[in-house]
Amino acid sequence: MTIAVAETEVALRGRSAPGDAAFRALTLVCALLVLVILGWITLAMGKEAWPVISGRARDFFLGQTWNPDASNPLFGSLGFVYGTVVSSIIALVFAVPVSIGIALLVTDIGPRLVRGPITFIVDLLAAIPSVVFGLWGVLVLAPKFLDWYDTLARAVHPVPILGSLLSANGGGGGSGRSFFTAGLILALMITPIITSISMAVFQTTPSGQKDAALAMGATRWEMIRATVLPHSRHGLTGAVLLALGRAMGETIAAALVIGSSVQVSKHLFSPGDSMAAVIANQFGEATGDFRAALIGLGVFLFLLTIVVNLIARAIVGDAAAAAAGRGR
Amino acid sequence: MKLNARRASALVILLALAVAACGSSSKKASSDGGSGSTSTTAAAEKITATLAGSGSTFQKSFDEAVIESFKKVQPGITISYGGGGSGKGKTDLAAGVDQWAGTDSLVKPEDVAKYTSGLLYWPLVAAPITLSYNLTGVDKLVLDGPTTAKIFQGEIKTWDDAAIKALNSGAKLPSTKITVVHRSDASGTNSNFTKWLASAGGADWKLTAGDTTNWPADEVAGNGNPGVAKAVKDTPGAIGYVDYSDAKASGLVFASIVNKAGKAVAPSLDGTSAALAQTTLNADLTYNPLNAAGDTTYPIATPTWIITAKTYKDANVVKALQAFLTYIYGEGQNLAKDVDFAKLPADFVTKAKAQLTMLTAG
Repeated sequence: MTIAVAETEVALRGRSAPGDAAFRALTLVCALLVLVILGWITLAMGKEAWPVISGRARDFFLGQTWNPDASNPLFGSLGFVYGTVVSSIIALVFAVPVSIGIALLVTDIGPRLVRGPITFIVDLLAAIPSVVFGLWGVLVLAPKFLDWYDTLARAVHPVPILGSLLSANGGGGGSGRSFFTAGLILALMITPIITSISMAVFQTTPSGQKDAALAMGATRWEMIRATVLPHSRHGLTGAVLLALGRAMGETIAAALVIGSSVQVSKHLFSPGDSMAAVIANQFGEATGDFRAALIGLGVFLFLLTIVVNLIARAIVGDAAAAAAGRGR
Repeated sequence: MKLNARRASALVILLALAVAACGSSSKKASSDGGSGSTSTTAAAEKITATLAGSGSTFQKSFDEAVIESFKKVQPGITISYGGGGSGKGKTDLAAGVDQWAGTDSLVKPEDVAKYTSGLLYWPLVAAPITLSYNLTGVDKLVLDGPTTAKIFQGEIKTWDDAAIKALNSGAKLPSTKITVVHRSDASGTNSNFTKWLASAGGADWKLTAGDTTNWPADEVAGNGNPGVAKAVKDTPGAIGYVDYSDAKASGLVFASIVNKAGKAVAPSLDGTSAALAQTTLNADLTYNPLNAAGDTTYPIATPTWIITAKTYKDANVVKALQAFLTYIYGEGQNLAKDVDFAKLPADFVTKAKAQLTMLTAG
């Protein structure tokens, strides 16, 4: 067997070297094409946004006032960056535990019978278009949550930090569209990503370690805590950061449920706005510097998600290397 | 990645459904195409051209009505209108992507140079903007500029405020909290409403008047006129600005507005036409109908224009545009009422027709 394989490899290498070279060149072109397009997008968008970023970088990156149609227009991105970050963090707070729970159920806890259907349903969740999530959020969830937010706000009011976080500015009223609602919708949208990556990561835990833990008399949870979770730490971090990138870039669902009110507020039940949402909402009527500022927001968001993804890549790469090393 | 039997069967069902859906829709499309081509052969006129347009969503329903009925007169001219917002329309026309565009606002002076083939305004129609509210037991409400400005700036917080009471002596106003609803997107409706506030509200209006406004934080926002209409309808104590046709379609109640002559007038197409009649048309066919004089004038209206270049390379495009605009200023004006727009006064139409000769090929 081994001899036969070796012979074929030799024969292949010997016979079609020109074909191989052409194929290698083709794959290289494909890979470079992506790089070129990415670079092109960044350059072209940067050029469009330049009028607003160049002279007024300080206002743009640190300013909080967004008033594009004033006689002296101001394009401060801080309110949008804040909304993007806050709604994404809320999404992670809810999606991470739930996703890890689903993944553990599928890989280590649940009976084999339920694994197929659960994976299928989670995959289906990923197939729902974001506009459907957004419409469901604004038409069904937001009005319903309005009362719940009110009750919750009253219940936690005396608690020091939570009391001001879980409340709306000026109390009551509003439409239920808020940082928090946006975060919840985003949580639903990133759950499939975290779940499927965590499942893949959990499955790389060497079964020898798991069996050893169980043989020592560990309960299932103790086994998971002692072997699966430590082994998967890096992989999970990567999954979370990839999901974070997705949540930050989500446009239409956020635009529908976040409430379109530009503010940096500690009250999470208050309406806010996010970078992607304001681009979707205001691009149609924008000209001149206004348009440049919106494109600038796009570039800024692009850079933020690139940073998040680079961190994710570095961590996932480490995890893969570590897993490979340990598996041997 | 193992594809188990259950997942595979579900996929098959989904695929089958998708194929069935595609099949039925393509069949419908091809039959439509067939009937279209038969009427083309029956046509008598000879202009063949394609006019692509984009821009203001506000005028879209009127454009679609006109394009639909113009097709019967000139089947050889294919006209499309993509919407996308006034800003998109202006950008597309300047870039030469489109032959015509729709806009609710004028091109900024510093941007005019970007229209290398020239720029012409064609007034189209106009429509009132209503102040719609949701207040049980109050079916008649009068508001004026300064009071509206204070409400939208969050300075008047309840419906039984003294300023509102002073305008509505007979009404029983509850102490309900006022929930202000504004637009989440940049829009011509926002621009015209806030410009009216800047004009009629005087010193009481302190925010930006334009496509976007620096509204106070924590007010409710809705996307598009339908979004604002829905938020007003769903929220007791709410007030918002909604264009006439969406307010009517949503069954909203709207306030009468005190005009420049001091009379409270309910929003109507006639009131808007009256405002236009009181407005002077500038030489470039731009005008501002907001807060116009006259007893029967409704003071808040959105004007809207078609914009075109002055010169086109293709002589057929020029002929087609002239035919389309001539139709708009003839038959087209009579279609306005059906889609809840106010038609232009006679002198507007005359002046617009006189501008048709400025469209040239070369």
